[in-house]
Amino acid sequence: MKKFILDLTVSASEHLRKGYVLLKLTDSRPLPPMLPGQFAELKVEGSETTFLRRPISINYVDEEKNEVWFLIHEVGDGTRKLGELSEGGKLNVVMPLGNGFTMPETPDERVLLVGGGVGTAPLLYMGKKMAEAGCRPTFLLGGRSTADLLQLEMFRALGDVYVTTEDGSMGEKGFVTQHSLLSQEHFDRIATCGPKPMMMAVARYARAAGSSCEVSLENMMACGLGACLCCVEKTVEGHVCVCKEGPVFNINKLLWQI
Amino acid sequence: MADLSVNIGDLHLKNPVMTASGTFGYGLEFADFVNLEDIGGIIVKGTTLHPREGNSYPRMAETPHGMLNCVGLQNKGVDYFCEHIYPQIKDIQTNMIVNVSGSCPEDYAECAARIGELEHIPAIELNISCPNVKEGGMAFGVTTQGAEAVVKAVRKAYGKTLIVKLSPNVTDIAEIARSVEAAGADAVSLINTLMGMAIDIEKRRPVLSISTGGLSGPAVKPVALRMVWQVAKAVQIPVVGLGGIMNARDAIEFMLAGASAVEIGTANFIDPAVTVKVAQGINDYLERHGYASVQEIIGKLEA
Repeated sequence: MKKFILDLTVSASEHLRKGYVLLKLTDSRPLPPMLPGQFAELKVEGSETTFLRRPISINYVDEEKNEVWFLIHEVGDGTRKLGELSEGGKLNVVMPLGNGFTMPETPDERVLLVGGGVGTAPLLYMGKKMAEAGCRPTFLLGGRSTADLLQLEMFRALGDVYVTTEDGSMGEKGFVTQHSLLSQEHFDRIATCGPKPMMMAVARYARAAGSSCEVSLENMMACGLGACLCCVEKTVEGHVCVCKEGPVFNINKLLWQI
Repeated sequence: MADLSVNIGDLHLKNPVMTASGTFGYGLEFADFVNLEDIGGIIVKGTTLHPREGNSYPRMAETPHGMLNCVGLQNKGVDYFCEHIYPQIKDIQTNMIVNVSGSCPEDYAECAARIGELEHIPAIELNISCPNVKEGGMAFGVTTQGAEAVVKAVRKAYGKTLIVKLSPNVTDIAEIARSVEAAGADAVSLINTLMGMAIDIEKRRPVLSISTGGLSGPAVKPVALRMVWQVAKAVQIPVVGLGGIMNARDAIEFMLAGASAVEIGTANFIDPAVTVKVAQGINDYLERHGYASVQEIIGKLEA
């Protein structure tokens, strides 16, 4: 897919919860095609300690409004600067980058989308694309607490939503892989994004259940284009760039001990 | 439009802007963003005689105004390059230059000889300065004897333009430059990355998998500029300057200090279209100052 360097305009900056900002960006020209699971490299301005762009997954695309959304978790000075952008502001974006999640082959496939924390972000767009294709996904979303679960209304509009929190403040108490849903239903296909220990647990479950499983990795990146070879993951084909060959990988390609 | 063309040995560049090895892939990765033929030269990823898996992840640490990397020369080897990469890049109408590395003079020479057979590769850049590999690499670039041994071996095996990339991790870079000039280099390029380190205080561990890495980006620019200035005064062969160039002004500083051409590296990660902007910016500077040719500013630092 052709990649672009775009100067996008902030159409909205919504502080969803403390530490989470939803940036909605638009352009005077139509945005390029984007796939669920792909990401963008966002340029950070005005941060003393931030030199590189920030790779952020595509949260949602609103074709009618010509908007692309990025869910920013403010964890450092770079992401905080992104969170300070306000309506009308400009943001330089390189996108779309990497490969997306595999779409179901038929509408009746049982698909589970498992997200943890800000890792739920790309699953919203995945859910939208699946809904457009006539599939109804099941979402299993986890967070430390209610405050970490975002955009739930939008997820509920696209599929069945199950929730876990570590403190039990919403849904079932515990981790996503402890949810009772997993012992009750079989899924043909699982896609997951979130902290690596969570994705490894999901991958372990998927392998045991005989489900096809894709994970979205977020190794530290510099270029985002497959040029610097910094973000490599060891795979059955040796070291490959997460930014270019991923960020979505089938678990059978990885060398994870699961 | 000023005349931006420069010569590096027998190599003719349409403009003095090249890409630094390891920051621009094989050029193809950036074809969506720039017209590759508008770049004076593209120096592709370091290539070795045998395939290399490189170092383990993590290989990168962001630092103030720069970054550390310890990729460790990951590449699929010269055979793969010749069979699979070369056919994809040979028709790009600019100087496609291969960065060559190795762990002993014989490997360097054999790899260079293989590249020398490729019609559309007019030059190589010899990497005697990679700080991220245990054997070879920088070990050759930090002594005059080591540098001479590799350059002499390659010079015998390779007849086209030979650029030697120097390490800044030395006491006297001018001395190394003179030794590679004497050994037959057509040009030198500098600087490769400065060896550095980053520590994660929560884990009390080095950030990088092999503890140390090479620092690049604007953080190194003043050091690079000083070294280019020193080397340009020490040798007769052309000097290619690199180290933290982010824009045309930076590039012009290197040229005034004595560089006949420049390489842009880490800046490609921040702006994938930076190369053509630098070339345009050099032209604007020349026009603003009434120079007909970029060659008029090379080494023209006022005393």
